[in-house]
Amino acid sequence: MGAIQQGVGTIQRVLRAVRGRGGWLAVLLLIAGWLALPSIGLAAEGTSAGPTEYRDIPYIGSRNLVWIVAQLHLLLAGFVLGVPIFAWLCEVIAWRGGEKRYDKLAKEFTKLLTSAYATTALFGGILLFLLVSFYPKLMNYLTDVFFPSFLLYCLLFLLETATLYLYWYGWDAMQDGRKKTLHVFLGFLLNFFALFIMIVPNAWATFQASPVVIAEGTAIERAWAATWNPTWWPINVHRLIANVVLGGYICGAYAGVRYLSVKSTEEREHYDWMGYVGNFIGVFGLLALPFAGYWLMREIYQYNQQMGITLMGGFLSWLFIIQAMLIGVLFLGSNYYFWLGITYRIPGSEAKYRRSMLLMLISLLFCLAVWMTPHSLVASIEEAQKMGGAHHPLLGVLGVMSAKMTVANLMILITFMSFVMYWRAGKQDTAGWAKLGKAVMSAVLVLASLAVIVLGVWGYFVPAIVRINYFSTSQVLIVIFVILTIAPLTALLLKSAKTTTEMVWGSMPPRAGYALVLNAVMIILLMALMGYARSSSRVHWHVYGVMRDSSPYAYSPALGSASLIMGFCTFFFCILVAFIFWVATMGDKAKAAAPPGKRELPHGIPAMAGGAPEERQQT
Amino acid sequence: MGALGKPIILMVAMYLFLKFVLPNIPGSAPLPSSLIFLYLLLTASGIVIYETLSGESKDAFWGPMQRFLTGKNSGGLQVLRYGVLILFPLLVGWETYGSTASSDLPPTEGRTIHPAPPGEYTGLSNPVPKTPENIMQGKGFYAAFCSPCHGGNFDGKGPAARGFNPPPANFADPTTIAMLQESYLFWRIKKGGVGLPIEGAPWRSAMPRWEVELPDEWIWKIIMGEYDGAHQSPRTWE
Repeated sequence: MGAIQQGVGTIQRVLRAVRGRGGWLAVLLLIAGWLALPSIGLAAEGTSAGPTEYRDIPYIGSRNLVWIVAQLHLLLAGFVLGVPIFAWLCEVIAWRGGEKRYDKLAKEFTKLLTSAYATTALFGGILLFLLVSFYPKLMNYLTDVFFPSFLLYCLLFLLETATLYLYWYGWDAMQDGRKKTLHVFLGFLLNFFALFIMIVPNAWATFQASPVVIAEGTAIERAWAATWNPTWWPINVHRLIANVVLGGYICGAYAGVRYLSVKSTEEREHYDWMGYVGNFIGVFGLLALPFAGYWLMREIYQYNQQMGITLMGGFLSWLFIIQAMLIGVLFLGSNYYFWLGITYRIPGSEAKYRRSMLLMLISLLFCLAVWMTPHSLVASIEEAQKMGGAHHPLLGVLGVMSAKMTVANLMILITFMSFVMYWRAGKQDTAGWAKLGKAVMSAVLVLASLAVIVLGVWGYFVPAIVRINYFSTSQVLIVIFVILTIAPLTALLLKSAKTTTEMVWGSMPPRAGYALVLNAVMIILLMALMGYARSSSRVHWHVYGVMRDSSPYAYSPALGSASLIMGFCTFFFCILVAFIFWVATMGDKAKAAAPPGKRELPHGIPAMAGGAPEERQQT
Repeated sequence: MGALGKPIILMVAMYLFLKFVLPNIPGSAPLPSSLIFLYLLLTASGIVIYETLSGESKDAFWGPMQRFLTGKNSGGLQVLRYGVLILFPLLVGWETYGSTASSDLPPTEGRTIHPAPPGEYTGLSNPVPKTPENIMQGKGFYAAFCSPCHGGNFDGKGPAARGFNPPPANFADPTTIAMLQESYLFWRIKKGGVGLPIEGAPWRSAMPRWEVELPDEWIWKIIMGEYDGAHQSPRTWE
């Protein structure tokens, strides 16, 4: 309070001093003083005896503010670290295969990346300031543990920024011969640094959940021990894949929105194709994501039973039912997009594949129904009494991991087969072994599906450790085997196949664009949801079992309140991305609108502000 | 009505199946409305997805609805539109009232059956050697202290079970104790219903706090007997 009174007194003295110099100055100062009052209030807590442990902010609260900013930073970072992976792969495809449209696509992906990069860094900076301000004790402790890796992170950030500048601004200048090789190498370096930029902070976050603390040793030894904690690598793998999925779906949504708004046939074709590539990248990552998630949860459960049960059986377990719904929508949305592609891009294919699509849809919905069935049901007292408890005597068995893993694997198989169907549509096999090849593929698919189901059912009758270590792993290996068998066999078959119907790009209906946007919103919501779950599993600990949260916010918010924040983060992130992309494409629109003689933009237009460097016509 | 008729029939058939057929399968029970709603939602999503896969099917599906809402006024269409305009908000209002109006029934609230155990109970392992004698002794203790509620067959159907809400756990169900470590059961037996954390409410379990009656060694033996008698294995990491 002393500090507030002192601050108010200062304002009054200043007001007396300026009296007579015009009322406007007094009013301005008064407004400035009023605006500064909260900061005086914040500083007031810092002047109490002993080191300050927490600071707060009125109305929104420090925890909510940090939560929102951290989530936005993570979503942006996921996009910024995921996009270079497939942007670079597209460039490599163009470089090795000579298809210039892939190079153009890679450049368009990188344009989105450069636009989002500065905002990501900005939110990272804000997050750091907020953490240092609101949680000084925790940050002091983390700095003590991780000081060497903080320095490493700064170095990595510098390298990543420099590489990104070179990669983006050098795109047109490094198009031919050895220069192109150098540019591709720069793309590799960009991903190399991006990987480390992701895994270094992952160590800080995972340390909070599963800390490894050693009292002795040098600063580097202590930081290394803390880094190599039980959940570090599971998170690294999970986030790497999730970033690719997020990046793919967001690029898909960008293409979907552009597709809906562009007028020219050429642009419609381009954005239709870009949407397809975005969806393909998202699906490609989505196939591997449940495996990585399962491994992460297994490690958490093994690390600490309390944390595992809090997540999977305790008060956070409802989040996994919502997760099932969101993943289900993603699977449905991605498959729907493939099926629309078959119907609209390959005229005449619909009649041939409509029955297969119906079968796949029914199977997907059946799997989703199993995945979304909770173990303990939401039921009124009357309903619960009729069931004999919160578990349904017949459907209750669907509520545990054995059933969930089985249907997750089946959904992955179905989605993979959707892609294979799309791949094969409009082509006629000419190879002599085509009949045998297709019979082998069908047999592999049927046997694999049966094996996954048998292992799932058998999982109820064996000890948990056998199910987790052997049955679930076998299910995953079976699905991987199917993908690794059918994909090359199909590629071989199609090598000699005759194209009966040419792919027509730009003919998708508007709902295909909306499906792409829906997928992007779902993956953002999903990341916000799971971010909350991972963070909340620490309950009232800053560092689990080591440093207790003694702030007024040391409680887990009700799921309804948490969902409001998640919804807000998703909404705000979508608005932010839409704004960034709008700014990023302003230059293109200006160029397209300008008369031919004046189409060139001035040199050195800042890419970070969204302007694209002048594009040479490459196609 | 052609293309719209099939989806309507499918939705009705699904509802009837969930409401009247599934509950009457031996070993089943009526489904709570939340689950019926979930499955109907999935069915409706499937219908919309399938019917909009091609332009023709989309037009056949949405066409009647579009014509009803925007088509020319012929054959008393206007009257029907007004009917929908009045009835639809009334239906929504009725549903809203039904789900929010106060009633004499206790509120529906998701109870966490297996809340997280306190830190001091995690990582404990059974100190009693797993010998046939100890298992037999555990089963004897179980028969004396647990079977009145949890049943002689470990199926949650003891003579006193019918008086409790929530009902005693069925250990023979592979989705109960087989999912848990022994230390979890030790916590639950020792602390009972009153030791449940807040997410275990409302309607906490009536399980007694056995720590006041039984020594720890007996509890560990009971756990052994329970797993053996229910033909289940505890969750382990080795």
